[in-house]
Amino acid sequence: MTDAALPHAAVDTAAPAKRDFGLKRRHAAEFRFRLYGIVAIVIGLGFLAILLVSIVSKGYTAFVQTSITVPVEFSASIIDKDNERATNPRVLVSANYPIVARNAVAKALGVSIDDKAAMRDIAKFVSDGSRSTLREIVLADPSVIGTTRNVTLLAAADIDSANKGQIDLTVPQDKRKVSDQQVAWLDQLKQQGAISTPFNWGLLTFGASSRPETAGLGVALVGSLYMMAIVLLCALPIGVAASIYLEEFAKKNRFTDFIEVNINNLAAVPSIVYGLLGLAVFINFFGMPRSAPIVGGLVLTLMTLPTIIIATRAALRAVPPSIRSAALGIGASRMQMVFDHVLPLATPGILTGTIIGLARALGETAPLLLIGMVAFVADRPTSPLDPATALPVQIYMWANEAERAFVERTQGAVLVLLIFLALMNIAAILLRRRFERRW
Amino acid sequence: MSAGWVVAIVLAIGAIAYFFSAQRARVQRDASDRSKEVPHSLPTYHGWLSFIFATVPALLVFLALSAVSSAILESRVRTEVSAHLSDTSAASLSIGIVHNVSSALNRLDLSGANVPTSYAALRDMAKSSGIVLADSGEDYMLPLAASVNADAAVHKLIGQGLTLLLSLAGAAFAYSRIRLRLRARNEVERVVLWSLLAASTVAILTTVGIVLSMLSETVHFFSEVNPLNFFFGTVWDPRFAAAGSGGTEGQFGLIPLLAGTLYIAFVSMLFAVPVGLMAAVYMGEYASSKVRSTVKPLLELLAGIPTIVYGIFAVVTLGPFFRDLSAALAGGFAFIQAQSVLTAGIVMGVMLIPVVSSLSDDVITAVPRAMRDGSLALGATRSETIRKVILPAALPGIVGALLLTASRAIGETMIVVLAAGVAARINFNPFEAMTTITVKIVNQLTGDLEFNSPQTLVAFALGLTLFALTLAMNVYALYIVRKYREQYE
Repeated sequence: MTDAALPHAAVDTAAPAKRDFGLKRRHAAEFRFRLYGIVAIVIGLGFLAILLVSIVSKGYTAFVQTSITVPVEFSASIIDKDNERATNPRVLVSANYPIVARNAVAKALGVSIDDKAAMRDIAKFVSDGSRSTLREIVLADPSVIGTTRNVTLLAAADIDSANKGQIDLTVPQDKRKVSDQQVAWLDQLKQQGAISTPFNWGLLTFGASSRPETAGLGVALVGSLYMMAIVLLCALPIGVAASIYLEEFAKKNRFTDFIEVNINNLAAVPSIVYGLLGLAVFINFFGMPRSAPIVGGLVLTLMTLPTIIIATRAALRAVPPSIRSAALGIGASRMQMVFDHVLPLATPGILTGTIIGLARALGETAPLLLIGMVAFVADRPTSPLDPATALPVQIYMWANEAERAFVERTQGAVLVLLIFLALMNIAAILLRRRFERRW
Repeated sequence: MSAGWVVAIVLAIGAIAYFFSAQRARVQRDASDRSKEVPHSLPTYHGWLSFIFATVPALLVFLALSAVSSAILESRVRTEVSAHLSDTSAASLSIGIVHNVSSALNRLDLSGANVPTSYAALRDMAKSSGIVLADSGEDYMLPLAASVNADAAVHKLIGQGLTLLLSLAGAAFAYSRIRLRLRARNEVERVVLWSLLAASTVAILTTVGIVLSMLSETVHFFSEVNPLNFFFGTVWDPRFAAAGSGGTEGQFGLIPLLAGTLYIAFVSMLFAVPVGLMAAVYMGEYASSKVRSTVKPLLELLAGIPTIVYGIFAVVTLGPFFRDLSAALAGGFAFIQAQSVLTAGIVMGVMLIPVVSSLSDDVITAVPRAMRDGSLALGATRSETIRKVILPAALPGIVGALLLTASRAIGETMIVVLAAGVAARINFNPFEAMTTITVKIVNQLTGDLEFNSPQTLVAFALGLTLFALTLAMNVYALYIVRKYREQYE
């Protein structure tokens, strides 16, 4: 339509149709502007993709664990050499099971158990966690002593890494964690069919451990579960009650305004400040135990409350006024109107908001660090008052471990956390789809 | 009888009261002559009223008595312990030991004549049952702990007896009041209304709790460290003192931490604002509804990912990538450190993209349709309309949104804990590590800590600073947003 290349002189004299509106330039600017928008979205989605790919690619191997299945001889001369298990059952608890495991692997490899140097290497080949595996077998059935049985033992973390191909074997032997001898053994066992890589249930059940192969999220999962239960039990009733008051009963006055301003500000307070509050009030003032899920749950409750209140108020507001008028019109009191008519209709919205609030609380780390959830807890807590950790805190602790195998576990734990969050969010979406009503 | 049992019994009494009261109201209703007297409330309301009478006063009294009892015992332990001590600074430690001894005596089921006379003997007994006691206890604590236990038992008995009596009395009173014309529904509704009001004051209590707890610890801190040295000090070197040694004066300068906090927040905003704003503009003005409905939830996924995950991403993937990249560019020397302002800023920026874009989306859609149509009708292109009409009109709201985002960046913890490093220094090279207020709060408060040293109290002063900073930004931002929204409504 326009020709910007026309000589300038022509513009003054020619008909208006030939004037230069700069349309080409303006359309180019329009194009560039659109491009910026697309680039921005691509950057955002690109980072999302990189983030997820990096986590999945580094973390999925944590879900399998190299294990060695060998015939183990439960030799009475090692486990109970004085033959006193009938009178003193503690012998079976404190027996030297690692030697039993070591001997079994040596036998499978054809290594003489008198070869001290080779036995030291074998000791590093099998996880120390085989101690508890074998102990459990013997304690469950002491008659196994003196017999031989096929047992699946965990491989040590370095061997696990080597088996998953994560160790660069071209590096000189003294600069890597796995010796050539151990790699040769690994291949030998593989050929015998003794090596397997089953699903790593230990990742989800074990407690804290300094050995990567026996470290798991068991304590953290139980701790997080307790905390979520506390948040649900405390934040949901309080949040719904507060929203009902503010939405349905509160008069427009200074006090109500003050509450509203408070809620809006609490929603934007940095989460670490809640940790300081928990430390000062719950632990120092009320004397609650450190590292306990109850304190964590209460702190997360206070943090989640604004989210739930805001979601609940929106859900209550979405119930049309005609419902209220109808209820009042047939003689219900205001309280009956709210609890019998408005609240049931708002329930899907409230639950959706609650699940999203819970998901946020599940991923929250900073306040939990301050109330002592950074703890080495090996045994699963049996009540919310026992020391425990939480899922994101466990990730943080593993991230600070130096050993290579913990990197894999860290990413695996991140995946577990993300899977839980995804499930919760999907539940929220389904709930909304299924029950949301458009008026 | 434990507290849980008392509560359970009180609730059971309430349930029984509910059942019988509702039954009585039902009988009265059925026997009444409607032409003379119409019942006021449904029977269930009479039931609920009795339940309330049976439980609420009893449980409140139970709570109050427990609090009074523990306060009395606490003050008694405090006076007796300080009578035995010359140095009052160790009092809290000794009080703690006395409490441990009390609970050990309870768990070992020792009382009166069975209590051993020396602390060492008790410790050995405790040890054999798997209870660990501190080394530094003294013999005077044993009779004290035993008598505290005895008193506690008496208090408990009184408290529980009173609670149960009150519960029964309340139930009986409510039962005796039941009449046809009793306004039971109104009374129940009044109690419900008050409890709704109480629930909504939790928000106020939380704010008050935050401010008071941090303020008192901060005052405590400033009694040991000059506030001027804190607010204007340029050196951060808290020098962790070993427990009880005391006397090692650290330096608590806020300036390097504040500089790091603001710098990292600035870098993250530099990344997040253009990306987030352009994404919001594109999705609001250009994208088809099909594109929008897939891209928007995907971008919002970024907001749902926990910050610890971003932190891990920074420390495991992005930090080493930048380090290796810079090493490759500069021929071996990695001028970007693995933990750096740049890494932390960019990762935090990614986290903030959905925040910026959803906040500015709200603001942009609030600009009236007429302004947009007017501009387009005058022949402006869409980008001209956006740049010259919509964005200027939305500017105050966008500024508010950016302030809210910045306050998120300042208060963010896990990303900087993992990605920014712990070196407190003032430097403006974005490729090196700096530290932030939140990192130092975490550092000072994790691990074994002695609560009353300035090294830990400083965390509360830092927290209060952070709270004040973010609160001011939020209040101002909300003010701008609200004022702006009113303009077009």
